[in-house]
Formats: sequence, structure tokens, C-alpha cells
Amino acid sequence: MPNPKRRHSQARTSKRRSHDHLTAVSLSECPNCHERKLPHRACPKCGYYKGREVIAMKEETS
Amino acid sequence: MRHRRAGWKLGRNTEHRRALLRNLVTSLIVEERIETTLTKAKAMRPHVEKMITLGKRGDVAARRLAAAYLMTRDAVDKLFDTISPRYGDRDGGYLRIVHGGFRQGDGGDIAFVELLGSEKTLDEKRQKRAELRTKRAEENRKAMESAEAENKQAAETEAAIEEK
Ligand SMILES: [Zn+2]
Repeated sequence: MPNPKRRHSQARTSKRRSHDHLTAVSLSECPNCHERKLPHRACPKCGYYKGREVIAMKEETS
Repeated sequence: MRHRRAGWKLGRNTEHRRALLRNLVTSLIVEERIETTLTKAKAMRPHVEKMITLGKRGDVAARRLAAAYLMTRDAVDKLFDTISPRYGDRDGGYLRIVHGGFRQGDGGDIAFVELLGSEKTLDEKRQKRAELRTKRAEENRKAMESAEAENKQAAETEAAIEEK
């Protein structure tokens, strides 16, 4: 069976892992309600996309 | 290489996929707007456009071809009488696919498919639904109130009987 020949230092591990990170999602601003939303998608807050396209939102029941 | 791999199989065999697409196309023609997954939306688009092209031809043969694909007679009638005439000056691109969010539960990518030019009917439909909703809420409220009043009365009469 193959086995490691040399000790693998902690620094080597850390350096390899230095690129293991997630990137933040890029968000755009909803032109209707100014909430941050995913680009090219209808706004989950107000349901608007390109002026109309309401995904019927539940009205706030006070 | 992804040569010769156009289209979507949608994880179904041929019959299942055909049935699904026919159902989607029929629903879209009847409802003018449907909510589905993004992949299904993209897969159904060419089929809808082919149906509308048949509708623009408008002859009996075209009508029979459409009737062989669509699930209901009503859909065929609507396609030929109201939907296809809308697109006289347009060669394809009859649909609008709007990306929504991700479905709770399985994380599916949601999309809304609409026929272009159906904004008005869709708005009317939405209005009607909203009216119905408020009406039903009002009725519920009234029913609750009357039930409460009845309960109160019953309690009072019970108390009166006990006093005797
Ligand atoms: Zn918004």
C-alpha cells in the first residue's frame, strides 16, 4: 500500500486550504422596494421583476 | 464533449416526458401563466411555440395536429381563437420565463412562464382572486361572530336554567 514518505507540515495543510472558501452571493438592489435580491430574479420581498410581474404577495395582516 | 445533447430529458422516459410536456403546454394555453421549475419551463418552450405556429396556420389540418397534442378541446379552441391571433407580426418568442426563487422543501429552481400579451387577463384574474379572498374572509369573520353570539346565548340560558 502507498504510504506517505515525509511528514506533512501543518503549514502545508494550511496553505492548501487557504483557497477553500465560499464566495459571497452577489446581490442587486430591487428597483421597486430597494431590498437586496438575487439578480435576474423576481424580488422575493415585493414580487416585482422589470416593472410588474407580481408574484402575488400575501398582504400584511395587521 | 457535450455534442448532440440538446434538450432536456427531465429524468423521465419518453412517454412520461411527452405526457408531462403536453400537460404543461395545455395548462399554459388554458391559464396563460404557470409556475414550474426552470428546467421544465425551458423544455416546454419549443413545444408551446410549435403549437402557436399551428394556431397561426389556422386550417383544419393544423387544428387536428394541435388537437392530437393538446389534452383538451378547450385548449385547442382557445389556442386558435384567442392566443395565436395575438402574435401575427411576431416570429417566435411568444413566452416570457421569469426566474423566481427556490422552492421550500427540495430547493427546486422556480420559474413563471407566461404568454406574452396576456398581462391584462392575468391582472384581471389576480384581481378576481383577491376579491374572492376578501369576500371569503368577510364571510368567515361573520360566521365566527354569529357562532360566538350563539355560544354566549346558550351559556346564558344554561345559567338561567341552573338558577331555577
Ligand atoms: Zn422588491
